[in-house]
Amino acid sequence: MASAEQGLRVVGKALRKVDATAKVTGTTKFADDLFLPRMLYARLLRSPHAHARIRSIDTTQATTLTGVKAVLTGKDLPIPFGILPVSQDEHALALDKVRFVGDPVAAVAATSEETAAAALARIAVQYEPLRPVTDAEDALAHPEPRIHEYGDQGNMHKLIHLEFGDVEEGFRDADLVREDTFFFEGSTHLPMEQHAAVADWSADGKLTLWSSTQTPHYVHRALAKVLELSPARIRVVACPNGGGFGGKSDPFSHEIVAAKLAMVTGRPVKITLTREEVFYCHRGRHPTLMWVKTGVKKDGAITGMHFRSLLDGGGYGSYGVASTYYTGALQTVTYHVPRYKFQGARAFTNKPPCGPKRGHGTPQPRFALEVHLDKIAEQLGLDPAELRLKHLVPPNSITANWLRVGTMGLGRCIEKVVQGSGWKDKFRKLPTGKGIGLACSSYITGAGLPIYWNAMPHSGVQLKCDRGGGVTAFCGSTEIGQGSDSVLAAIVAEVLGLDPLDVAVVTGDTDLTPVDLGSYSSRVTLMTGNAAIQAAERARDIIARHAAAKLDVSPERVAFAAGRVFDVERPERGLTFADAVQLAEAAEGTVGTVGSYTPPPSPGTYRGAGVGPSPAYSYSACVAEVDVDPATGIVRVPKIWIAHDVGRAINAATVMGQIEGSVYMGLGEALMEEMAYRGNRNVVHKIPSLLEYKSPTTLEMCDVVTYVVEDPDPNGPFGAKECGQGPLLPVPPAVANAVYDAVGVRIDEVPITPEKVFKALRRKEKGEAPRFGPAAFPDIAWPEATRVPPPWEGGDGKAVPLTPGASPGKTRSRKPRARARGR
Amino acid sequence: MLRLPSFTYLQPRTLHEALAMKTDAGPDGMYVAGGTDLYPNMKRRHQEPRTVISLMGIPELAQIGMRNAQCGIGPCVTLTTVSGHPTIRDDYAAVAHAAGLVSTPLLRNMGTLGGNLCLDTRCNYYNQTYEWRQAIDFCMKKDGHICWVAPSSPRCWAVSSSDVAPVMVALGADYVLVGPGGERVVPAARFYHNDGINYLTKQPDEVLWEVRLPRPDGWDAVYHKLRRRDSFDFPVLGVAAWVRWEGGRGTRDEGRVAEARIVLGGVASWPQEVPEAGAALVGTDLSDEGVAAAADAAYRPAKPMDNTDFDLSWRKQMTRVYVSRALAELRRRRLPPAR
Ligand SMILES: Cc1cc2nc3c(=O)[nH]c(=O)nc-3n(C[C@H](O)[C@H](O)[C@H](O)COP(=O)(O)OP(=O)(O)OC[C@H]3O[C@@H](n4cnc5c(N)ncnc54)[C@H](O)[C@@H]3O)c2cc1C
Ligand code: SF4
Repeated sequence: MASAEQGLRVVGKALRKVDATAKVTGTTKFADDLFLPRMLYARLLRSPHAHARIRSIDTTQATTLTGVKAVLTGKDLPIPFGILPVSQDEHALALDKVRFVGDPVAAVAATSEETAAAALARIAVQYEPLRPVTDAEDALAHPEPRIHEYGDQGNMHKLIHLEFGDVEEGFRDADLVREDTFFFEGSTHLPMEQHAAVADWSADGKLTLWSSTQTPHYVHRALAKVLELSPARIRVVACPNGGGFGGKSDPFSHEIVAAKLAMVTGRPVKITLTREEVFYCHRGRHPTLMWVKTGVKKDGAITGMHFRSLLDGGGYGSYGVASTYYTGALQTVTYHVPRYKFQGARAFTNKPPCGPKRGHGTPQPRFALEVHLDKIAEQLGLDPAELRLKHLVPPNSITANWLRVGTMGLGRCIEKVVQGSGWKDKFRKLPTGKGIGLACSSYITGAGLPIYWNAMPHSGVQLKCDRGGGVTAFCGSTEIGQGSDSVLAAIVAEVLGLDPLDVAVVTGDTDLTPVDLGSYSSRVTLMTGNAAIQAAERARDIIARHAAAKLDVSPERVAFAAGRVFDVERPERGLTFADAVQLAEAAEGTVGTVGSYTPPPSPGTYRGAGVGPSPAYSYSACVAEVDVDPATGIVRVPKIWIAHDVGRAINAATVMGQIEGSVYMGLGEALMEEMAYRGNRNVVHKIPSLLEYKSPTTLEMCDVVTYVVEDPDPNGPFGAKECGQGPLLPVPPAVANAVYDAVGVRIDEVPITPEKVFKALRRKEKGEAPRFGPAAFPDIAWPEATRVPPPWEGGDGKAVPLTPGASPGKTRSRKPRARARGR
Repeated sequence: MLRLPSFTYLQPRTLHEALAMKTDAGPDGMYVAGGTDLYPNMKRRHQEPRTVISLMGIPELAQIGMRNAQCGIGPCVTLTTVSGHPTIRDDYAAVAHAAGLVSTPLLRNMGTLGGNLCLDTRCNYYNQTYEWRQAIDFCMKKDGHICWVAPSSPRCWAVSSSDVAPVMVALGADYVLVGPGGERVVPAARFYHNDGINYLTKQPDEVLWEVRLPRPDGWDAVYHKLRRRDSFDFPVLGVAAWVRWEGGRGTRDEGRVAEARIVLGGVASWPQEVPEAGAALVGTDLSDEGVAAAADAAYRPAKPMDNTDFDLSWRKQMTRVYVSRALAELRRRRLPPAR
């Protein structure tokens, strides 16, 4: 059979998304657009306390209100759940304790939303307030009262200590050793669509939940667990998401509650969250305090790196354990780090839970690392672009922490943005107030391991070829606006020589589609893409066999293109795709195939090696230009150049869209976004509204020059790697580095607000350190290190067994200081 | 989603009808124009009228006219119209400019001048849902007893956040009010009260009937606005600067300031005039020293509180910068255009 690789007809083109017309004409049905006969409306009563025990709940007054059909409290849903098997710490409705202002406590289903809201006001809850924990350092200082009864110590949820080679030796080898402290503020996803769900309990005992979720498979599992129903009796349909960005990746209270209310009332139930409630669902960026110490040679070669992070996790586990590992995982995949030590900690605090937001756990350390390198380059008198180019991780290599890097296009990315931005003529040469900065990054193309341990594929595709010539692709993947339906259609169309619009896609439906783990960790294009290729190639083989017989040529000579199946050597001899399907169907019965994908195993096997491995890493380089007003400290970013190594673009237009969208989100985090709380006022969220939570609008967006670098990766479908998250990462540090170039002050935390720049400028005027940022990293009682020798020290990816008695068990002992993050 | 409470909506055709409806409704009745302030407030249960009386159906309220070379603007004229009207743009550029800086095009199409001038004061302990406010046990402005911004304070410090009001005070505009007892004219400055709860001297049943702008003779004014995002944020600082030149407007020769007013928005519960700043400018030609003295005078009484976007000390620092920039613009406008 003639290979589709020879001339790509669909892949790589800038094609309209398959769902674009419906989106722009407003006909897409989001979860809140669904209306079922006799449908009820649900609302959640949320806690007004940051931390309290529930003494009693009296729902009598609510139940008796006309129009109210059911009232639920924690007792009705006592089984805990959570996205990670190690953090099953949530209840759909608080059982005995509330852990943040906004924690759901009770639920009402009524004939109208107004009635449901009125009923909530009639529920009487008696609380016994407990001391709230306001942030990570407060959690360190106050192990009691504990927010959860589990976790590594007191209010510390997770403590990690990994060491790959002897970093102290690395520091001894260095010409320069530098330490810096950074802080990255928390931010939230801000999808345009608020979370919504509709549940239906059918007369024959089957539950259906339509939801704006990125992970229908995990919601399916959580519903089965909490509702004690067989998964075979539950159908979860992921509606098109009006944006997700990681904020719709957990199973949520409102989904479980809607399902339970439908079961109790026997009527369909809808719940649509308010914008304020979306802020309480959160699962966004962890506020992270970081300390990094790096040894370098005169030419910038890194000899060793020690990185510490302290994450403010909020009230529940969510993805937090993974997030914490991610703050230490990818430092090694951009520049060669021969010895590496990571210590990470996550605190429970009485705020909405943090979790995965675009870049999951990696934008924070990337900010720290890239600003840190900028300072190192300056100290060594090197151009920061040159420094990076000189010490890139080689392609096809294994890093100190045992991550396998395949293709590596960072060098080309740096060259693109350096050239495009006129870097050499601008860096340290622009007039005061104008500046330019550079930063790089890398991101995973799909997590190498699933969220719960299993040996099954991460993605499956079923294909059905119709007699009429149409093909339907069934896949559990979830369209959240990123274009996954279009990628699926494009790949099937490419292999079978069709127009993508002739491929019907049925996605995100646990009854109809094989499992795909969900739209997170930038996994969908690579994993569903590979599964789709396998399914489509199997279909192509079947069809080609029968077409070959008809054309009287060998199957190898049969090609698929432009809706035809033909002899590649005499293209005029052929048949339509529909005719070819009919031949195959007549001979073999229904033409249907399956494909699936499992990532390759990772070479690292130590405890903690599960976070970081990926089939392929994407790379980005970014140059930002800024204007800083020295009188006010206001920073404007007129232009950004960004180059992204995507392996291969499946759709040139959607890749551009993802890169620009990432720049946009990165710019918001760099300049203004802040999940701010009032620690002294019951830890309320300061500004849970679209008006006061400041995020850029299109008018604040800068010009972006995008370079798509294509270095096809053998692990990706047609060579494709991710592009939806990675390009966010270099934006905040590029802006910070540019601010320094403009006015000579270091802002070692984001967001880079005018107040911070203004303060740093005043400090500079007074001859003090021209900097704004955290002063120190607190002392933490780290557990004993897991020691894993890097590949070049003869390791095998396993940890060295602990020698009993050789180590004191804890590596420090001083008492944590309450407020080490003085500014 | 957040739902409006149920209420009765009335559409009078004449002012007389409107006043009668308000009398019938009593304290539970409120006027509405564009509703861009009132309806969000009702959703959050800040204002809870049971009867809402729309002024938008009264034709006289939506007119712009000239009388005695003075421009009169009806309160129901939308901000889009105010910012684009030729007379206002030519003779009252600061008014058009300030109106054009309010929020987004959509809100300016709905929002009116009258609504803007009567805008409720704002505070980020107050502009929150009922449930949120419950978590802090409410505050003095609505449903509670204490002011969380200044817990020992007997008053509310919610912020006057209108863009156009400071300009009206600086210009010395007059507001014509009509109530059951008849008509009265109040200078803009006396329409406002420095109190976050009782921020207007207007009686609840009085309708703002017309805004009269002074004759455009010999004075000039500008408005500068500070906010996070130019796309739609409220001001955290507004500076309206007005000067009357000796020798009058249009004379391009070197002149000196005969009279000046600096009015700050976003720093108090009313548009805050700083007389010392105006006085510092009199007799100067807006030279750098004069500007610096005025900026310094404006900086001192500015008392932003921790209830809007941005850090309060930075906002206070910015009064100096923004007053200087506003005055520099006035000076530039005075100079003959470059040939
Ligand atoms: C997202 C957002 C951003 C905003 N940004 C800004 C901004 O940047 N700058 C700014 O200044 N404002 C801003 N606003 C506030 C508001 O939109 C404008 O001030 C607008 O001009 C209000 O006019 P309105 O006609 O909609 O007022 P309404 O809501 O109709 O009325 C406001 C108040 O005035 C009273 N009222 C109205 N007309 C009269 C009258 N003729 N006589 C007596 N009383 C009357 C009403 O009873 C009510 O109390 C914003 C609002 C929103 C929602
Ligand atoms: S200033 Fe004080 S009383 Fe007024 S709204 Fe704000 S918190 Fe409430």
